[in-house]
Amino acid sequence: MTRDIYSTEGLYRITEKEDISPVISRHVIYAPLIAAKAKAGHFVILRAREGGERIPVTLVDWNPEQGTVTVIIQAIGKSTTAINAFRQGDSFSDVAGPLGTPVEIKKYGTVLGVGGGVGIAELFPIARAFKEAGNRIVSILGARSKDLLILEKAIEGISDKVLVTTDDGSAGKKGLVTDAMKELYAAGEKIDAIFTIGPIMMMKFVGETSRPRGTPTFASLNPIMLDGTGMCGGCRVEVGGKPRFACVDGPMFDAHQTNFDQLMKRTAAYREHEKASLDRYAKDHECKIGLH
Amino acid sequence: MLNHKGRDFSYGDAEVMENKPKKPTPSIKRNTGRHQDPVARRGNFEEVALGFDLEEAVTEAARCLGCKTRPCELACPVNIRIPEFVDLVYKEKVGEAASKIFETSLFPAICGRVCPQETYCELACVLKDKFGPVSIGRLERFTADYARKNGLITPPPCAPDSGFKVACVGSGPSSLAAAAELRKLGHAVTVFEALHEFGGVLSYGIPTFRLPREVVRFEVEMLKKMGVRLLKNVMIGKSVTIEELKKDFDIIYIGSGAGLPTPLNAPGESLVGVYSSNEFLTRINLMQAFKFPVTDTPYYIGRKVVVVGGGNTAIDSTRCAQRLGPDSVTLLYRRTRAEMPARAEEVENAIEEGVKIEFLTAPVALEGDEAGRLKRVKCVRMELGEPDASGRRKALPKQGSEFYIEADSLVVAIGQSPNPIIQRTTAGLDAGKAGCILINEATHATSCEDIYAGGDVVRGGATALLAMKDGKAAAKAIHERLSLKRK
Repeated sequence: MTRDIYSTEGLYRITEKEDISPVISRHVIYAPLIAAKAKAGHFVILRAREGGERIPVTLVDWNPEQGTVTVIIQAIGKSTTAINAFRQGDSFSDVAGPLGTPVEIKKYGTVLGVGGGVGIAELFPIARAFKEAGNRIVSILGARSKDLLILEKAIEGISDKVLVTTDDGSAGKKGLVTDAMKELYAAGEKIDAIFTIGPIMMMKFVGETSRPRGTPTFASLNPIMLDGTGMCGGCRVEVGGKPRFACVDGPMFDAHQTNFDQLMKRTAAYREHEKASLDRYAKDHECKIGLH
Repeated sequence: MLNHKGRDFSYGDAEVMENKPKKPTPSIKRNTGRHQDPVARRGNFEEVALGFDLEEAVTEAARCLGCKTRPCELACPVNIRIPEFVDLVYKEKVGEAASKIFETSLFPAICGRVCPQETYCELACVLKDKFGPVSIGRLERFTADYARKNGLITPPPCAPDSGFKVACVGSGPSSLAAAAELRKLGHAVTVFEALHEFGGVLSYGIPTFRLPREVVRFEVEMLKKMGVRLLKNVMIGKSVTIEELKKDFDIIYIGSGAGLPTPLNAPGESLVGVYSSNEFLTRINLMQAFKFPVTDTPYYIGRKVVVVGGGNTAIDSTRCAQRLGPDSVTLLYRRTRAEMPARAEEVENAIEEGVKIEFLTAPVALEGDEAGRLKRVKCVRMELGEPDASGRRKALPKQGSEFYIEADSLVVAIGQSPNPIIQRTTAGLDAGKAGCILINEATHATSCEDIYAGGDVVRGGATALLAMKDGKAAAKAIHERLSLKRK
């Protein structure tokens, strides 16, 4: 009897959950169809509950044998806060994917990965895939402070060289990821391609730093997304002067061609709504639990 | 169940109506049904058209002549046995009337709401010119609703298992219609939906005030009871490719719809507040953003909303926007009312609800503030020239007629085309203009063996009814193909 690959038994259950920091959690989710298909750069859309929003998250890892996928989520708004309150054994109401176009993995020579904040987690599978393809991997990890620096060990395991920067100097060097990039260039490091994932402002300046040196640079864009299947166009970003859909054409695009300023404005579209929703959630939970 | 006069009519199929008119009495005044008050409905997402009660339905059914020539049935895209079901309604055998409809169409509660009957059965009704047609659409809706609410629905019987497996891609009207027919014929059917709700455009596109979601869910549940397997969150072409499906299924039917929005291609389209109709309607209908923050998906419309287009999607967008309480909702359409592709009834409804329509007007540029939010729309007046290839008169801009209207949000509803992912990821699957899958029109077979297609993925943006018609026609051809395979 072969396994029914379309069985819905136990689908979207959290088989393992780990709190990496007070606001960042790792979730291993049972979703065998996605696990069988996942590649570096793919994302999934999660929905925590009925009435919940659709949240795009880049896959950090996957295990086709066990039928699981791994995501790492930072609690920022209401939905991500609620998701990180999930425990092992809880289930998402929906997980769709794998979505997007995976990163084209090839032999460049030396690949520099630049990850910022929770983007470090999303950088991991991409760096790993480039390593497996025979590239030399240099990684720059940036975080606001030491306790927001994640996956350092895992990245070290697949990198030939790792540089860490924090805003406050609590880990690695005090400064920005672009300072570390400049250091590498100044030291004569030959970099053949750069992949960056993190805050929009960071990715913009990674692109600006590499532009004069002519290093091909790709950024994983994170616009507001709704369906994630190419249907709504809400995730449109301007690349090379043309609108592209991050959900199907991306999320990885040429950073030197990307209009980051427009992306920043578009991602701010619902900032007030997001705040109101989080405040409401926090208030509800204060009342119920009696903490704080 | 109480009717609007407060009388109890929950008697199932027993005849309870006293003093009922004799059938046929075509001269009884045609009843087109009651509507929610235009002012009240502007503030809610409840259904606009209210159904018949049993008494109203029986009275309307009494008007039907029961023509032997069945002009109504012949005009129906899914060939519903109209004279018979109307007669059963007259006899107050509503459960039987529902079963009669199920013989050819499994979705009367949906069709009774979204089918433009005035262009099909009611146009063909012999009473049309003298007395006005029998309100067949309203009777269909009544039959489905009454039978559902009173537990009178029996799912149609299915033939013994054929041993064949069919995959239906998408869960919109076309795919569901194909799935229903194929299951009735005894095949094992699996439906794949990319989103988290079944129904395709019936869930993400058509607003709840035209089609309540419990209606869609009920009809999907009935398919499940018949043994159809429905899987959500599986995007064919991404999660599973057509090639992979072929390993597990004997036949594949692609009914994935037309989910790709057509952009305006005007400067400023990336400003915050500019939506495709797909995004706007999906936020409101699928994600229920109108309940935010009880639901988690927000929307932003500001005080002044502009919608661009002239079809049903444009009208639906204006009416959704109006219910969110802005100061104004203005529709820009580049031709005149006579050329509008939207259903006349829905245009009327929109106007009643306070939507303003600027005819012979087109947007040429969108302008925003420093934060990148839309502020105003540069428009141009149009005039009609010679008829184009589609037979409609071409709209041409009038020189020097540019003017501005203020807008906080703008919804682009100027057409859809098929999502290209399946075509791109399936070797040998031929597609034509705008990425529409090419088929043999008689059989719905595509260029790939044992892969069929229908609905909007073939037609581009058409109607739910034509999509259902395609699903049924394809199911017939697929059944014939499978019958040959058995030999």
